[in-house]
Amino acid sequence: MKKLTKTSRNNFLTYGFVILSYVVLQAITAGGHMSSMLKGQLVPICAYVVMAISLNLTVGILGELSLGHAGFMSVGAFMGTTTAIALKNVIASPTLRLVCALIVGAIFAGIIGFLVGIPVLRLNGDYLAIVTLAFGEIIKSIFNNLYLGLDEHGFHLSLLDNKLHMEPEGKLIIGGPMGIGGIQKISTFTVGFALIMVCLIVIFNLVNSRAGRAIMAIRDNRIAAESVGIPVTTYKMMAFVTSAAMAGAAGALFAMNFSTFVANKFDFNTSILVLVFVVLGGLGNMFGSIIAAAALTILPEALRQFASYRMLVYAIVLILVMLIRNNPTIRSFFERFRLSKKGGAEE
Amino acid sequence: MSFLDSLISGISLGSVYAIIALGYTMVYGIAKMLNFAHGDVIMVGAYICFFAVTRFNLPPLVGILVAVLLCTVLGITIEKLAYAPLRSAPSLAVLITAIGVSYFLQNAALLLWSPNPKVFPNFFILHGADGAEQTGLELGSLRISYVTLVTIVVCVVIMLVLTFFINNGKLGKAMRAVSEDKDAARLMGINVNTTISVTFAIGSGLAAIAGVLYMSAYPTLVPTTGSMPGIKAFTAAVFGGIGSIPGAFLGGLLLGVIEIFAKAYISTQLSDAVVFAVLIVVLLVKPSGLLGKVVREKV
Repeated sequence: MKKLTKTSRNNFLTYGFVILSYVVLQAITAGGHMSSMLKGQLVPICAYVVMAISLNLTVGILGELSLGHAGFMSVGAFMGTTTAIALKNVIASPTLRLVCALIVGAIFAGIIGFLVGIPVLRLNGDYLAIVTLAFGEIIKSIFNNLYLGLDEHGFHLSLLDNKLHMEPEGKLIIGGPMGIGGIQKISTFTVGFALIMVCLIVIFNLVNSRAGRAIMAIRDNRIAAESVGIPVTTYKMMAFVTSAAMAGAAGALFAMNFSTFVANKFDFNTSILVLVFVVLGGLGNMFGSIIAAAALTILPEALRQFASYRMLVYAIVLILVMLIRNNPTIRSFFERFRLSKKGGAEE
Repeated sequence: MSFLDSLISGISLGSVYAIIALGYTMVYGIAKMLNFAHGDVIMVGAYICFFAVTRFNLPPLVGILVAVLLCTVLGITIEKLAYAPLRSAPSLAVLITAIGVSYFLQNAALLLWSPNPKVFPNFFILHGADGAEQTGLELGSLRISYVTLVTIVVCVVIMLVLTFFINNGKLGKAMRAVSEDKDAARLMGINVNTTISVTFAIGSGLAAIAGVLYMSAYPTLVPTTGSMPGIKAFTAAVFGGIGSIPGAFLGGLLLGVIEIFAKAYISTQLSDAVVFAVLIVVLLVKPSGLLGKVVREKV
């Protein structure tokens, strides 16, 4: 049998880990040993894992800092949930409806990602970061003032005022600052797991393709990449839109785990939270993102016994981890360890 | 509100943004980091002043001085404990640490001072000859509150003093040198660490002043008070060209005026969206902000 390369071995390990955790968690649930706290966290964990790996595509693989990733999540959440509500009488199976909602959420987030990408990807570094932050805030403001209703004539849309001119039996779906209410909770752990797998397959195949190598070349040296004829904007856009679409699907999955949600749920703090997952997990390291997202979603819940101190503890842990990871002494110690291991195994 | 009313309140709000943006832009210029905890220093400053005045019955001016002093100490402490060890670390690691510090300050405030909103007192009241309280000047149909006047004056004074200090003071020159090239500055005998600490101290002290001024205009004080003006001021700093001190001043003023005009003439709820949309348009036309330096990439 042909020997696997190191990358594909790592990728299969990641797939294997996700499948294994799914099987184990399902077995625990079936056995009735799952605490209700953890059970309620399963779908949000899936959504945050997808958010983390999709942001890792932008930050780790493409190398551009995005501070507005929650904006795409928001687009996916609103559009996906609207789809699920509109299709309620058309598709009977909740799972099929959820899948449709995820796809619609991803498509809309992808379109918004494309529109945002046109101006954003022309900028560099911190300026790019602040513009993504600005777009995230704009998306939040718009959804906070958007009213959408459905009656027999179709959708009615209005900005700022609740003047939809609907038939009396029409149903208000998005209620401005009230968000969407009365959602059927159709998100399931299985669909969440499937979404993670799909996203991982897409990302790993993208990264190991011609396009992925071009994207990483742009990250490492844009000018050198441009000089060998790589169309920088096209590839940047490819990575950015893929990332946005995944965030949209994650948003739809996340939203339909709750009976109601508002636009303010997807604010700057959510973007930052996901960025923390990505940085703690390691840039470009999908496995690390999955672990960090899952661990840090459970951590605040697990720290409940500390009650009001838990967020303070979380902040201190975050600062200490960053300090320890970047301490030159500790770093060089591990570097030496890693080098000697590598030298023994391969050379 | 008439046009002139809107303009004046816009300039007043913009002055607060400008003072906060100065902190962002100085720290960015010298340490090349986005200090996301800056907004929360504003909140801490406002709380300190609030308690100094309401609980310890200090005169407002002393309260403000205490707030400035303690925030300066806080700024230096944060820099020494959290940012100084990361000086050679990748910028993203520093960014996440700054976010950690921001969470820390917010949650510490939540524990220390409870989430219940505090109503910040208005210091800027004069007692007229008849003993009646006056909160502002009347000029015909135009009414300008003292808070607005004081804010604008304070901002202009800070701007002038800071420009003079940066251009002529010894430490100011050291700061410019460090922001230009850290290693060369070190070779010239400049103590880089001290210079960076001084920058953080000035930024945090200004944040405390900005906190008191902001609270006098929008008097609801909660532990998350600092984050929105923080983000806005950060936007203002980028708007004017991050790293540039006149840029922060200009960016802050413009942002405040745009925000108030958007509120008055477009829509109250969408004013934030308008502010950010203007920022995007400006950055597309001038990718390094209004007064930012254009850095040529060397191949």
